[in-house]
Amino acid sequence: MTDLISLFVNSVFIGNILLSYFLGMCSFIAVSNNINTSFGLGCAVIFVLTITSPVNWFIYYYMLAPGALSWVGLPDIDLSFLKYITFIAVIAAIVQAVEMIIDKYSPVLYAALGVFLPLIAVNCAILGTALFMVEREYTLMESIVFGAGSGTGWMLAIVSMATIKKKMRYADVPDGLNGFGITMIVGGLMAMAFMMFSGITL
Amino acid sequence: MTSAKSELWQTFTKGIWKENPVAYQVLGICSALAVTVQMHTALVMGIALTLITGISNLIISIMRSKIPSTIRIIVELTVIASLVIVTDQILKAFFYDISKQLSVFVGLIITNCIVLGRAEAFALANPPLPSLMDGLGNGAGYGLILVIVAFIRELLGSGKIIGIPVIPQWLTDAGYSNMGLMVLAPGAFFVIGLLVWLKNSLPGASHEEKTGQ
Repeated sequence: MTDLISLFVNSVFIGNILLSYFLGMCSFIAVSNNINTSFGLGCAVIFVLTITSPVNWFIYYYMLAPGALSWVGLPDIDLSFLKYITFIAVIAAIVQAVEMIIDKYSPVLYAALGVFLPLIAVNCAILGTALFMVEREYTLMESIVFGAGSGTGWMLAIVSMATIKKKMRYADVPDGLNGFGITMIVGGLMAMAFMMFSGITL
Repeated sequence: MTSAKSELWQTFTKGIWKENPVAYQVLGICSALAVTVQMHTALVMGIALTLITGISNLIISIMRSKIPSTIRIIVELTVIASLVIVTDQILKAFFYDISKQLSVFVGLIITNCIVLGRAEAFALANPPLPSLMDGLGNGAGYGLILVIVAFIRELLGSGKIIGIPVIPQWLTDAGYSNMGLMVLAPGAFFVIGLLVWLKNSLPGASHEEKTGQ
């Protein structure tokens, strides 16, 4: 249990998917102008990551990994090279399905998250989490916790960035640095702050 | 003939400098930064991405009249993912060490906005040859930024260029030490931010194109 908690804390802060692995930058830059929208997108990312990580885990370990197909009597087959194309298809399909389910059962949630869901299908944070999960050989429980933790970390980063950007409207930023440049520098400072957590062990 | 050639050349160079995907269109920085701790990983990544963008643009442009517009994104993703798989297998077969260092970031080329962005914005509307050049140009522009960032980070962070130590001994004796921050993630953010500042301040940079709001 402590393992899982420490994995969660680790993926939220020290191994923050955005600030230390630079995943999900495109939407981070594009959407962080408004606090509410970035909060909505952040929630959608947590939601999708928590669902896709275990699904991808099952697909990888029961269909793609070397020897994974032994349950149908094909122990010699190694399909792990197909993981990229499979993961991206799974993510796109799940995002589509989640969108339809939310639309049917919770119009309120759909109104809040709906516009962001299609964006998420090509968000590198989602695919990156799936690939990290394979590379670090997480178990099923770990992959769920890692998915949720990465999503939370991403949301934390984008919401703080939106907040900082709002404050920065009153700041006098040099002309050429305005916009993208200053966003990167603020991102760097935030990454430094997040790294301060690296001393913590549970 | 020469005008057609120069037009192709222009399509190519436009992506490298004038409309550099990372600096101007703010695309594809996702995976741009994580591989820039050392120059040789950045170089390999740049080359891989240039080839993938070029070839995927070429293939999509050849198929452009056959792709139904409702499922075009899926078709594009499939083309790109297949190319990425091929690249990954080649890297694993011939450059195993580098492929280990690049880890998941080769796979993340699939979701790199440059590749999909160029396919959407250029290849779907243009004939194969210009599309190929456009893809190569944008890929090279991205690679250029990667290599510049990696050069700065490697030089300041570990005092090396492509793995060869360049900081002379007397400088170290005089109290010079490497900047640990550059090796860590924040270093990449700062370098990119400063590079964009530099590029925007250079003469000829149009400030209207600034992407921030």
